[in-house]
Amino acid sequence: MPIKRSLSDRITDGINLFLLLLLSLVMLFPFYYITAVSFSSFQEFMNTDLLLFPKRWVLDAYRFIFESKEFIRSIGVTVFITIVGSIVSLLLTSTMAFALIRKLWGQRFYLFLVLFTFIFGAGMIPTYLVVKATGLIDSYWSLIIPDAISAFNLIVMRQFFLSIPEELHEAAVIDGANDLQIYTRVILPLSKPALAAFGLFYAVGQWNTYFTAILYLNDPTKWTVQVILRQIVILDDTTNTLASAAREAARSAHLPPPETIQMAAIILATIPILIVYPFLQKHFAKGVMLGSVKG
Amino acid sequence: MAVTTPTSVEASKTANIKAKSQGRSLATRLYRERYGFLLLIPGLVYFIWFRYVPMLGNIIAFEDYSPFRGFLHSDWVGFKHFARIFEDAEVIRVIGNTLWLSFLQIVFAFPIPIVLALMLNEVRNQRLKRLIQSVVYLPHFLSWVVVIGIVTIFLKTEGIVNKGLGLAFGMDSIQFLQQPGWFMPLIVLEVIWKEAGWGTIIFLAALAGVNPTLYEAAIVDGASRWRQIWHITLPAIRGTIIILLILRLGSVLDSGFTQIFLMLNPFTMDVGNVLDTFVYFKGIQQSDFSFGTAVGLFKGVVGLVLIVGVNRFAKKFGEEGVF
Repeated sequence: MPIKRSLSDRITDGINLFLLLLLSLVMLFPFYYITAVSFSSFQEFMNTDLLLFPKRWVLDAYRFIFESKEFIRSIGVTVFITIVGSIVSLLLTSTMAFALIRKLWGQRFYLFLVLFTFIFGAGMIPTYLVVKATGLIDSYWSLIIPDAISAFNLIVMRQFFLSIPEELHEAAVIDGANDLQIYTRVILPLSKPALAAFGLFYAVGQWNTYFTAILYLNDPTKWTVQVILRQIVILDDTTNTLASAAREAARSAHLPPPETIQMAAIILATIPILIVYPFLQKHFAKGVMLGSVKG
Repeated sequence: MAVTTPTSVEASKTANIKAKSQGRSLATRLYRERYGFLLLIPGLVYFIWFRYVPMLGNIIAFEDYSPFRGFLHSDWVGFKHFARIFEDAEVIRVIGNTLWLSFLQIVFAFPIPIVLALMLNEVRNQRLKRLIQSVVYLPHFLSWVVVIGIVTIFLKTEGIVNKGLGLAFGMDSIQFLQQPGWFMPLIVLEVIWKEAGWGTIIFLAALAGVNPTLYEAAIVDGASRWRQIWHITLPAIRGTIIILLILRLGSVLDSGFTQIFLMLNPFTMDVGNVLDTFVYFKGIQQSDFSFGTAVGLFKGVVGLVLIVGVNRFAKKFGEEGVF
């Protein structure tokens, strides 16, 4: 029923909308600024007090990054870990989530084992020692296996599998299918969109991983993109990193200043997230996967 | 059994048969469910090996653990390392920092998603609402390294914030990242920037379930916008707020390792070091495994007690609780 809105109502609406748009601007400005400076030229960045819009957009910083092998190698490594990690996570999570709806012997106990990890975690040091004892230190698998299953994702996926009508399992059982066949021929085909969503969430988590990388990888040649990014942007002055090399290079020749390189590095580390963001949004908008991204 | 009457013999026989057939039926059941277990076991092994074996590994908190002797052969020292927690002035300060940060987060960061959700809920233009949502959710998906990288670039001595303040107000540069006083405010602001939008989803989901006729009835009764929010919208998300508050209170000793670790530098170590980072510095970097584990275990047990306690407390007052 249409209701005539009072003037004060419309003013409230206006102020509300204004504040929300202002907030959106606050959220977006850092992206804009970082992008703008990453495309600015050496002279312009050095000679402008407050560079907000470069007159000339150049690729110097990006060219420099692509010429240095360190950053590109770390991106390659991280892409590999992200793909393999998401597949492993998806496989382990979906098989276990399915097994937990099949009323197997002792299933309440298995479910309890999963749920208890929500309220009590083992702690950093014992986990580290177990990962070490497993022989994973300095192996890329240390970024994939020890965090392979998120208990939260597991529970949400189990909930999703429960929403698939049980008659379908029963029909498959009557046709002589075993649990393995029900999983591969009934559950998986019916869950493709959900699996894609979980996979994307796992992938974002994997791409953004920093903690396990510094915990388990001591060898600098194995560092992932987030670790390198910290060296370049946050620590800045550490020897033997792109940033100090860039500073040296910038001093000796007319090469891009470290600031533009730092910002270009941030952009490169963020682009994959921006690419998958629309797909992610489509899924979490349904409210299915709250808080399932770590980091 | 000393005296056996015929009936008890009979009874024990049937019990025996029953047990045997139960044993057999368990075996048949396990066999029948073998494919289910085939799917269960990889995940189960994962949980046991990477979640429960480390839980048992906490035993090294009661030893002087030496990696060379292993946890079976290291010296047993009882509660020595736990006593150290309360004697060590550094740990006391770190616990203080942790609690202070959680207090600030609960007071300043926790309510923001609620307010933001209420604001978004009032937007009539659905397309505009969705657009704003996509923008405010985005930072959640960025890594902490990227977020703090951006913060570092913005707040550097010659960064855009200081340049702006200088041009606009003629102010001297502020060393945001080195001054201890700025550490906690920056941590809270970063959390707000990154997570405030994402935090609204759960409230908006709860609000989507509100029956629109409630609002219509309220309007007919002459309720103003604010009264509608107070009497309809807020009660609709009350349960959600309480559940999130329970979870938040249960994790007052968690600070988010990555964010703090990335923001810490020698200048801010005194005010910014929290339990999570302390465990890393002590246990991993200085290889004081037993002490690091003791601090971690202390943190875990306190967290467990807190969440169970707060949950019970909430239920006592007629709220739903988490479990």
